[in-house]
Amino acid sequence: MKGRIWGSRGSIASPGQDTERYGGNTSCIELRPPGCDVVILDAGTGIRELGVRLVREGAERMFLLLTHLHVDHLEGLGMFEPIWRKQTELHIWGPASPVASLEQRIATYFSPPLFPVHLSEVPATIEYHDASESEWRIDGARFSSNAIIHPGPTVGYRIESKGRVLAYLTDHEPALGADLETDSSDWISGFALAHRADVLIHDCQFTPQEYENRLGWGHSTTEHVARFAEKAEVDRLLLFHHDPMHSDDQLDDMRGDVVARWGVDGDRCTVAAEGAELVV
Amino acid sequence: MRETPEQRNLVLILARAFAAQLATAVFLLDPEGTVIYYNEAAEKLTRRPFIEGAGQTIDEWMMRTRPRDAEGVELPIQELPLGTTMLKQEPAHGIVIFRTADGVDRRVETASFPLFAHTEDFVGSFSIMWPIEEDRR
Repeated sequence: MKGRIWGSRGSIASPGQDTERYGGNTSCIELRPPGCDVVILDAGTGIRELGVRLVREGAERMFLLLTHLHVDHLEGLGMFEPIWRKQTELHIWGPASPVASLEQRIATYFSPPLFPVHLSEVPATIEYHDASESEWRIDGARFSSNAIIHPGPTVGYRIESKGRVLAYLTDHEPALGADLETDSSDWISGFALAHRADVLIHDCQFTPQEYENRLGWGHSTTEHVARFAEKAEVDRLLLFHHDPMHSDDQLDDMRGDVVARWGVDGDRCTVAAEGAELVV
Repeated sequence: MRETPEQRNLVLILARAFAAQLATAVFLLDPEGTVIYYNEAAEKLTRRPFIEGAGQTIDEWMMRTRPRDAEGVELPIQELPLGTTMLKQEPAHGIVIFRTADGVDRRVETASFPLFAHTEDFVGSFSIMWPIEEDRR
């Protein structure tokens, strides 16, 4: 599988001199499982530029997997050019909610006063699919999702194609529900999704010091992600959902901390950078 | 395709994390009625460490503890609050006497409620037990 990172920032878009290397766009990843139309992970601000390219390519069928509906994962959808074209067929997966359908919840953001146009006015054909605790296939690629620890309905995804596995667990605080060192793996949020993945893309928003005042916000520290990656026996780790207050240099330091705690070669752990190619 | 390991539902993971912080006795059962967790307060109440009680079914638990009502009449599973929750997926409440591991009959007030995930799947039962009389502390 190949792909590209179009946005790796968390919480709010953060362009500027301090974020030039790793980028300021919020969560969006393009994935191309062999023989499958384009798969998009989250619709943060990074999806705008991806949309331009998909239109240029003439792509008409695409799959968008939303981990949850917090704004930084959804705010790019209105500027995703393919949805303004009648010929586009867009399938959107997202976590189920007991109170409203996925379409209704997306429309909450995609309507006045937060957005000038109603979701119902979008010309593309959009189909909505609940993704909580489910498994499905598209064109030979296998997808599975599980609810994971983050405030509100949130899922992580596991995508498998041609024997290669990508796990995507942005916005995840597994340490809130278990001791990552001592608890058995079945009690650890997101473990099955990440288990022995070739590439794990995981939340690494905070340092341990910052976390002291952000417990329960739904994000992980360098320590948490190192423990989680070790326990799940992943091959490579991409640190994701960078705090908007963190500079590129701080992210480098955080990566160094993860590598030291995980105890692996440095090339197995990378800071997810906007524009970087993704090879699974 | 690679096999993925078993994974507890997120609601159970969070329920266990919550129960682990409580000073009130809590039992957590899966949908089949297997005891998958009880906390330190429940260990104190039952006089049985979780490491010994983990994995027992509700039938085994009933054989061991012989639950009875306030008049001493043995209760079938469907009349226990926890049994009601398990079988009907409904909340239930009541007073039950059961025999703890030290051979003493103890009276508890108990409330059970079903746990549903966002998909509205029944994923387990959460039961609180509150000791009455001399054990209340």
